[in-house]
Amino acid sequence: MRTVRAVAWKEIQIFFLSPTAYIVGLIFLALAGFFFSRDLGDPFPEATLSPFFQGAVVIFILLAPALTMRLIAEESKLGTIELLLTSPVRDWEVILGKYIASLVFFLALVAMSGFYVILLFVYASPDPGPIYAGYLGLVLYGAAALAVGLLTSTLTNNQIVAAVVAMGILLALFFADLAFGAVGGFPGEIIGELGMKTHFDDFDRGIIDTKHVVYYLSVIAFFLFLSVRALEARRWR
Amino acid sequence: MTTQPSMIQANDVTHYYGPYPAIQDVSFDVRKGEVLGFLGPNGAGKTTTMRILTGFLPPSRGSVSLDGFDVVEKSLEVRKRVGYLPETVPLYTDMTVTNYLKYMGTLRGMPASRIRSRLGEVIDVCRLGDYRKTQIGKLSKGFRQRVGIAQAIIHEPEVLVLDEPTIGIDPIQVVETRNLIQELGRAQTVVLSSHILPEVSMICERVLIIHEGRIVAEDTPQNLAESLQGVERLEVEVAGPSADVLPALQKIDGVNSVSHRNNQGRHTYIVQARPGRDLRDEISRAVISNGWSLRGMQMVGMSLEEIFLRLTTQEDL
Repeated sequence: MRTVRAVAWKEIQIFFLSPTAYIVGLIFLALAGFFFSRDLGDPFPEATLSPFFQGAVVIFILLAPALTMRLIAEESKLGTIELLLTSPVRDWEVILGKYIASLVFFLALVAMSGFYVILLFVYASPDPGPIYAGYLGLVLYGAAALAVGLLTSTLTNNQIVAAVVAMGILLALFFADLAFGAVGGFPGEIIGELGMKTHFDDFDRGIIDTKHVVYYLSVIAFFLFLSVRALEARRWR
Repeated sequence: MTTQPSMIQANDVTHYYGPYPAIQDVSFDVRKGEVLGFLGPNGAGKTTTMRILTGFLPPSRGSVSLDGFDVVEKSLEVRKRVGYLPETVPLYTDMTVTNYLKYMGTLRGMPASRIRSRLGEVIDVCRLGDYRKTQIGKLSKGFRQRVGIAQAIIHEPEVLVLDEPTIGIDPIQVVETRNLIQELGRAQTVVLSSHILPEVSMICERVLIIHEGRIVAEDTPQNLAESLQGVERLEVEVAGPSADVLPALQKIDGVNSVSHRNNQGRHTYIVQARPGRDLRDEISRAVISNGWSLRGMQMVGMSLEEIFLRLTTQEDL
């Protein structure tokens, strides 16, 4: 566990020192701010974070891969992976450490949006239920997106490729529910259930359904498992 | 030395990159405390061998054990015991020297207190004292090499694997690095690779010459030079018309080849005898009986460089 902490801590320091992370943060907050404030000019504005949540899940499709693309791909490119993998560190410890680091930076980013919550509570009396649920959903959604990004970063030593492939997977998962109509029937239903967006909407409505929590945790576990396997497989190439 | 137990045992190790074998049926044994050198041209399979020893690459066939632990089955145990310096010295350029060494120490499972005490020692040994807080990216190649060695020894590994440890650094640093390796070799088992012959003969107790993925020779640097002197070579200086001397020497029974060198009026001939033949008497007699004078004759040993070339170019003599 000490090694997980060491790997995570090193990556967290890099996150908080690297310009990329701050650019990602800036873009997130700027866009999130736009989504949050968009409807506030209505004659009868609603005290809700829903527009922010709906915007944020789209933003994360692009930003999560930008955060994770570096994690393993850069080590492969620079060759530092050789020293990492010849240290007495298990593959899952490397993956978990890197994942935790990206998660910490992501949580810090999401925490910044707490400003909007404060604004809502100061100037209105919003329904707290959907806000709690929405944040839980957002964190789970983001955590799943980071796991996808970590996998693609493990598969290549090219950061751009890692980011683009992760975006592709996330987009496919985001729009999976559209296939529900196109494919139809039982197969369509399965594909629809795989959609990351479908499972998010209940959170946004203020519903915490175990089904959705389990879905996101499964996605995280699945992609982290694949990442560990992919790292292992590097040795056999 | 021979009484020391074996530290590394490699049995018929083969590794394929796709369909191409990088190394084939490589077997060797490294005793505890020994300094072993892998010598070979670029692309001979040195790096592949190093990577297999450190558990970075699994062998396609064959097995390697280190301190009794199989590098594939008990990879973690092996990795605990090995310090490794890859050829390219990959370092995290945005970390400071101290932070980097602490990080690597933690990865090697050292408790924080031991890292603290070892850090000072390692920085002293590698003479990095003035650069503790310097970002690695700002260090010159030679200093990065030192950081690379520092991270390889911080956890006091039983085996040190160094891949081309002196490549790309300036001559003064090369000397320093060699001295450092020799010093480390007193306490630890060291396996290093190099394509520089004097380096290997200087540092290593035993040399494995590797060529096209196979071990072509294995011995101490001295024995290697001696065993290949079955091909007797004599340098003979004769005062006389070289047009006559050359055929006269070639006629002597047991001579394989003769080459002539004219060094500002001094005519010297390199006589290559068949293996096991000592032709000194015959040569002197031939020279005298022709009325020339024999000004000098000496045995010429082969340098490691020549042995290396001979073995790796597979010239039959």
